[in-house]
Amino acid sequence: MADGGIGLWTVPLAVFGGAIRVSTPFLFVSLGECITERSGRINLGLEGTLVMGAMSAYGISYLSGSPWLGVLAAGITGALLGALHAGICSLPRVNDVAVGIALMLFGTGLAFYLGKPLIEPTAARLPAIDFGWWSDIAQVRAALRINVLFLIGVALAPLLYWAFKTTRWGLLIRTAGESADAARAMGHSVLLIRLRATMVGGFLAGIGGSFLSLFYPGSWNEGLSSGQGITAVALVIFARWDPMLCLWASLAFGGAAALGPALQSVGMTSGYHLFNAAPYILTLAIMIITCSPKRTLTGAPAELSITR
Amino acid sequence: MDFGRISRRHLLQGGAALTLGTALGARGALAAETTIGFIYVGSRDDYGYNQAHAQGAAALKKLPGLKVVEEEKVPETDAVEKTMESMINLDGASLLFPTSFGYYNPHVLKMAQKYPKLRFQHCGGLWTDKDPKNAGSYFGYIDEAQYISGIVAGYSTKSGKLGFVAAKPIPQVLRNINAFTLGAKLANPKATTQVIFTGDWSMPVKEAEATNSLIDQGVDVLTCHVDGPKTMVENAARRGAMVCGYHVNQSPLAPKAYLTGAEWNWEALYPKFVKMIAAGETIPNFYRGGLKDEIVKVSPYGEAVSEEARKHADEVKSKFMSSDFVIFKGPISDNKGKVVIAAGTDRGQKDAELEKMDYLVDGVIGATS
Repeated sequence: MADGGIGLWTVPLAVFGGAIRVSTPFLFVSLGECITERSGRINLGLEGTLVMGAMSAYGISYLSGSPWLGVLAAGITGALLGALHAGICSLPRVNDVAVGIALMLFGTGLAFYLGKPLIEPTAARLPAIDFGWWSDIAQVRAALRINVLFLIGVALAPLLYWAFKTTRWGLLIRTAGESADAARAMGHSVLLIRLRATMVGGFLAGIGGSFLSLFYPGSWNEGLSSGQGITAVALVIFARWDPMLCLWASLAFGGAAALGPALQSVGMTSGYHLFNAAPYILTLAIMIITCSPKRTLTGAPAELSITR
Repeated sequence: MDFGRISRRHLLQGGAALTLGTALGARGALAAETTIGFIYVGSRDDYGYNQAHAQGAAALKKLPGLKVVEEEKVPETDAVEKTMESMINLDGASLLFPTSFGYYNPHVLKMAQKYPKLRFQHCGGLWTDKDPKNAGSYFGYIDEAQYISGIVAGYSTKSGKLGFVAAKPIPQVLRNINAFTLGAKLANPKATTQVIFTGDWSMPVKEAEATNSLIDQGVDVLTCHVDGPKTMVENAARRGAMVCGYHVNQSPLAPKAYLTGAEWNWEALYPKFVKMIAAGETIPNFYRGGLKDEIVKVSPYGEAVSEEARKHADEVKSKFMSSDFVIFKGPISDNKGKVVIAAGTDRGQKDAELEKMDYLVDGVIGATS
């Protein structure tokens, strides 16, 4: 203690801190995708949206000096990409999975191209709220420096859960996802519902990207996302299209990402590749345990092209 | 995109003979306009490995009669051969710098055989007698600069704990970690270096997590060996820790926290290569050097570096500059207690044994596997 280290306590603290620091992009992308998929469409392009969001947030924050304007810009960029996806998918006989993959490549490529001059400059970052004021331990204080976006994400999960369950909007989205014919019979345009759901999903994924470039790790570079967007899309299936489960799954993935480095820092040095792979092994295990050949995935919207 | 490449390739094959003729004509004594091609594996403004090379390319652009063509983000696959082909045949490049390690075998070797009159200068590869004579490899002993960084870090740490965020446990990385630690022990015999391997060259989230974990352990001076040190430098500075940079000078990112750093000095080396060709000399196929040969350099000291540290670091630096100072001088044991360099054995920089390094010296906390 005298030398400022906290020994083995680093590991639980890092997993806890990592769950907060690393989970936010997972959380926003998975909640966004949850809305889109509940309406009966899969948007695999959210990896591209995440990267575009990160780039545009960084760019706008750098140019305007206001990180919050950057967050807004990221959201708008995401919504526009969502609209593009929904627009193309509303044409007859277009496969949403294929469009998603195309948009993923388009989004990352465009972000790398436009983001070229942004790698060097340093943009204004989002502030953190200090929740660790009560502690004397510097490590605890650092772990508890929490960004508002994380709190918004955490609040959003139960809100969405409630909205899906009890509001008119939630019901409409679910109807479009479970039976397009029923929604049409009720006199609603399925395409319009899906357009809105995909745009909201893109908006949230863009904000998730702004967290990456404006808070943690906190700068724009081309390796920033390294597949987090696509992992988050997979999380939605893992979480059975339930916003609350999305929250827990995101926290678990965030914590698991911190596990490898933390174990090495306390001297557990063997097999760090295995610890780095922990989240994926966890996913596979849960998928295998819960799958069944006799029925489709529980909770899967019936209109999704993967379950139909 | 693929379609475009294929048709372009056919076009190249058709026009190859013609353009090659002009390319060769322009070569010879580097008269009139000579075109030099640079190929980077990542983005050339990454505050890291690729930016260091791009700075070298920028130094060549200033010289008269030279035209520099560049391509970024070229993967270490046959994509690099296509890039070299188009630089040679479309731009008329006669000297190529494929700067990433994985380009060498087989891609550079294949191209060098195909175009025996052009020159291929590869960074980091190991040229042997069996390889084409028009290919060459060059590299710098950047561990010398890491050794100086280590000295400065050893004086600057209050906890005696240093941190190293590393990509993979390969010899070049291990050599940097070991040199950094040996330097630090010169200043503070009790200093330890905690190393974390992230597993790959560019993993921003892992690098940030590693930085935070190290600081949680009481580490107060950090350095790294990853492609883009920006993430480590910024995150460490935010937590109030000091940093030593790598690849290029990162002090603009953290002016107060930046102590010093190990930098490449390609902007000094590349003009030398060009002058050698212009003078009709052949560039040695295996070209290596350290501080003395101006292939690597040490960043200017930051304001936080004490007078004592500056003096000691400068003293060792001048030893490097004037003689062949030996970092890996026996007895050295690894962190498991095994003697790896026996007493009385000096492993000078050119010693091939050092290229096979697979241990971490005493004082490093961490393991290679």
